[in-house]
Amino acid sequence: MAKRIEASNVSSYYGAFKAIDSVSMTVEPKTITALIGPSGCGKSTFLRSINRMHEVLPNARIEGSLTIDDQNIYDPDVDVTAVRRMIGMVFQRPNPFPTMSIYENAVAGLKLNGVKKKSLLDEAAEKSLRSANLWDEVKDRLDRPGAGLSGGQQQRLCIARTIAVEPQVVLMDEPCSALDPISTLAIEDLMFKLKDRFTIIIVTHNMQQAARVSDKTGFFSIDKTGDPGRLIEYDDTQKIFSNPTQKKTEDYITGRFG
Amino acid sequence: MSLLEQQSPGVVMTPDNIRTRKLPVVTNVLVAVAAFVVAAAVVLVPGIGNWVLVVVLGWVFYLIGLSVVAGRIEGRRAARNRTMKSLIYSACILAILPLASVVWTLVSKGVARLDGNFFGTSMNNIGARDPEGGAYHAIIGTLEQVGIATLMAVPLGVLGAIYLVEYGRGKFAGTVRFFVDVMTGIPSIVAGLFILSFWVLIVSPWFNNGQPRFSGFAASLALAVLMLPTIVRSTEEMLRLVPGPLREGSYALGVPQWKTILSVVLPTALPGIVTGVMLAVARAAGETAPVLLVAGGAAAINFDPFAGNQQSLSLFVYQQAGDASRYAPDRAWTAALTLVALVLVLTVAAKLLARRNKLSR
Repeated sequence: MAKRIEASNVSSYYGAFKAIDSVSMTVEPKTITALIGPSGCGKSTFLRSINRMHEVLPNARIEGSLTIDDQNIYDPDVDVTAVRRMIGMVFQRPNPFPTMSIYENAVAGLKLNGVKKKSLLDEAAEKSLRSANLWDEVKDRLDRPGAGLSGGQQQRLCIARTIAVEPQVVLMDEPCSALDPISTLAIEDLMFKLKDRFTIIIVTHNMQQAARVSDKTGFFSIDKTGDPGRLIEYDDTQKIFSNPTQKKTEDYITGRFG
Repeated sequence: MSLLEQQSPGVVMTPDNIRTRKLPVVTNVLVAVAAFVVAAAVVLVPGIGNWVLVVVLGWVFYLIGLSVVAGRIEGRRAARNRTMKSLIYSACILAILPLASVVWTLVSKGVARLDGNFFGTSMNNIGARDPEGGAYHAIIGTLEQVGIATLMAVPLGVLGAIYLVEYGRGKFAGTVRFFVDVMTGIPSIVAGLFILSFWVLIVSPWFNNGQPRFSGFAASLALAVLMLPTIVRSTEEMLRLVPGPLREGSYALGVPQWKTILSVVLPTALPGIVTGVMLAVARAAGETAPVLLVAGGAAAINFDPFAGNQQSLSLFVYQQAGDASRYAPDRAWTAALTLVALVLVLTVAAKLLARRNKLSR
């Protein structure tokens, strides 16, 4: 049930500061899209706009329209919690809930949204932990605190937690930046596996990672500090990394930026 | 030569200074003994003071002597480290001394009446010549008044703090926060007067055929007024310590804000909130003035907090300490000991309850 995402002229603001300027892109279902670009260019802001996490911050607002299968999620009568249930998110730093066990973390989204039956929860916990390649490592200590796992395991626990509620889109905000290469590889493998079921958008600073995992790549950039970030180029990953249209993109991916 | 080597030669590591000689413990002890002997000689021989001055002077001599000796053997940096360390330890001991002294005084003077009679009887029909009499009525009063006050102040305070942290934006929240701060500074007697004029004199006559009347509940109201700002502020600080990404992690699962607060934010902050609440409870249990003003105090047992005078432990201490009977001071000490023990037990119980969570080790 992966969904197609269409952003048209999305501009995000923090108060008076314009963080991104009219970004338009279309993300096809069951693909992995990578967003790359220098720090502060608005890729995370754009990502957070897709599941309306942007507006959690005070004075943050957005212009333009963002549709998921032709539903504009920024319509005033749209329930924001429903949007977020449909569009899950994995953060840069692993953030398992510290008062919950591994098991409770894995099914937190289900439990907090009203699933009570123990057998269903057990099933969902195992399924999501298996999907996140974590089951074998934690199956004997499901009642231990989730915060006691290693960084890579915690991040996979957060992914398990995200996919347990079966969203249609999974957003990942630099999910591997705090992890070692082996955990990174584990998560990249996981992304390939999840591609069959979810639309995935990942923000990354690691261009090799973008080239390895994604089908399409969007390159964001800013002209100078204080200017809003813009989407410079958006195309097949193959094309972006071998024969980009824009000079800026080429400079960035060959390391001649700035 | 680097800038560091030029300017402060001692701090750069060279094969010569990587090892230093250590001051042996024996030397340390010797310095201490010498310091106190000298101090005793200086003070006691001319007879200018007693042992208190010896201790103070000996301590000063020890600090000076230690830094001199250590400076000779270990070098300047190590000597300064030793002096600072000694100062910090001294400050720590100085801070603990009054506490230990209070506990010791309470226990040593409180045991005299620590008997079944004290915990089983009231002061009803106890005259100045009677050695019996107890604080049963006062314990009942304290438990009821503080209990009811806690029941009123905790939900209000925690909900208020949740509003300030999670929902409050703009001017109104700022105003609320300002007045909570102002309330923190309200003297307890003012809270008592407020309840006296508002509850006892205006409201309570409606329930008592037009006659104003004291009650334990009025005391609870005054105590709740005193507890509220403490609870709001401490809970607010604790809620602010909960990292934002935890909330976002919950939102990202499609969990509504109220449920996020209830299931993620509050449990994470719970141990700190409990500590804040217990501070407020301890303060309320020790308040005398408002109870005196609006509950009036009593010699007899009164289980009903809504009608008639009630006693409380702190008020009992106050009254017994000022009583002319030669048996009264013992009762005051034991009641004080009971009050401290009560607060201690409540605090420990609350901490255990908050840590009941199976995940914390």
